[in-house]
Amino acid sequence: MNRNLYDLIGLAAAVCFILALKGLSHPKTARRGNLIGAFGATVATLLVFFFTGNKDDKNYHALPLHHLPLILGALVLGLLVGVPAARKVQMTQMPQLVALFNGVGGGAAALVAIVEYLKLGSNATSAEVIATVFTVIVGSVSFSGSCITFAKLQELMTTRPVVFPGGRFLIAANLAGVFAAGAWVVNSGGNTSLAVLGGLSLLFGVLFVLPVGGADVPIVISLLNAFTGLTVAASGYVLQTTLLIVAGTLVGASGTILTRLMAEAMGRSLFKTLFGAFTAKPQAASGEAEARPVKSGSPEDVAILLNYARRVVIVPGFGLAVAQAQHTVRELADVLASKGIDVAYGIHAVAGRMPGHMNVLLAEANVPYEQLAEMDEVNPTFSQTDVALVIGANDVVNPAAKNSPGCPIYGMPILEVADAANVVFLKRSMRPGFAGIENELLYDPKTTLLFGDAKDTLTKVVSALKNL
Amino acid sequence: MMSNGMALLAIFTLAIFVGFEVVSKVSSTLHTPLMSGANAIHGVILVGAIVVADHSSNNLELWLALTAIVLATVNMVGGFVVTDRMLEMFKAKKK
Repeated sequence: MNRNLYDLIGLAAAVCFILALKGLSHPKTARRGNLIGAFGATVATLLVFFFTGNKDDKNYHALPLHHLPLILGALVLGLLVGVPAARKVQMTQMPQLVALFNGVGGGAAALVAIVEYLKLGSNATSAEVIATVFTVIVGSVSFSGSCITFAKLQELMTTRPVVFPGGRFLIAANLAGVFAAGAWVVNSGGNTSLAVLGGLSLLFGVLFVLPVGGADVPIVISLLNAFTGLTVAASGYVLQTTLLIVAGTLVGASGTILTRLMAEAMGRSLFKTLFGAFTAKPQAASGEAEARPVKSGSPEDVAILLNYARRVVIVPGFGLAVAQAQHTVRELADVLASKGIDVAYGIHAVAGRMPGHMNVLLAEANVPYEQLAEMDEVNPTFSQTDVALVIGANDVVNPAAKNSPGCPIYGMPILEVADAANVVFLKRSMRPGFAGIENELLYDPKTTLLFGDAKDTLTKVVSALKNL
Repeated sequence: MMSNGMALLAIFTLAIFVGFEVVSKVSSTLHTPLMSGANAIHGVILVGAIVVADHSSNNLELWLALTAIVLATVNMVGGFVVTDRMLEMFKAKKK
């Protein structure tokens, strides 16, 4: 009785996870989907406290649990760290938080496998040892890789691809070392071999993510997320826990598809994203370009330009997020609309630092969903657009993606703002975008640059516009 | 009757197909929440972490397991909360 009930509740939790992913794939059901997932995870966790598991399985445990106070203490500590972090994070910092959460999950999976391996000792079957080796490798890579991703997004380190001489050989040697250490663990076993395996895997995670350029970081987060899913599945195999296998595999499989979809949205293959920095030709020195003249304007100039436009397309990017200017943008759009000007938002799938980032921000500012146009919809309309207002975006409108083969974003579909009669860039400085590539469009005669914090300048544009 | 290992392998294989199937047609708008939600789901490794904490027979194992519990809790709870915050904003756009 106890046994069947335990399995049934576990199965129900697994179904919750499937429904959660299914729900998350559609805008209307997304929030409910997430709550169903949270419910499933809560049930699964409570289950451990009230049922012992099956006597013959590795997940069998005492009731009450040994070390119960310490376990509860650890849980509470996790809650105290996780919940405030998740509640307080600003929408702009979401990508790095997701990266960090993913990393700690990978680390947890690796630790679980290590402890179970230490426990089993020489009793472990070869399948269990292989699953452990897999978990330690992939979990550690996911952990250290996510930490580097976090550092890049938080701008604790450079966002450009980090490539150094011999990097390719170092990473190959590191990978060979990981496999050798894996074989060592499988053949003779022992704690030293496992520690070496963990260390080399952590190093590999670092080397693997360092050469990835800033704009590709979201793809890497998604890939590492899929990795963590697979480690959880492998831990589930070691612990003979069906629920972990189902949950981990679901995340691994859906994460893989999602990674591919994201890569497609950026118009590149996954392989190129990950290894592009090793094959890309060095770029032409951009030093000479900096001295070139640009046309910069005042907020009043831009207000006048907008006032006499019939159609304006707003292209938001990460700069909008940084400046927290989404509400001001909406105010601007409202003022323009009240003057009878047609306003649309051109949303690039990967504008910002994560796919859908702009949709989240603009939804926060209550921008009507119908005004948000995806790239395919909005691109043909730029030729009838009087002003394309690019707010803190750069890479997603950079013609280099079309014109200069060999540049890191070559092949990425862009918003064709150059087709509009006028282009206005709101920028903090002449600094290139996240991907670190010079944008030719900035020097185009029909481009006006408006320097400063996006929120400040937009506020000035709005008040100038109201006075016209 | 399948052996236990084979049964787990069968579950693994079927789950791969389910995973592929459920997210095959997702709009780019939802990429981030979906990634974040999936990320929270693998936080269920918490279950494994609690079980190995119970199994631990020395201090090293115990502290490694307790660390795993903290990390997994952060992953799971933080992941669901942050996903909900994102999706809450999507909901606001409905009039």
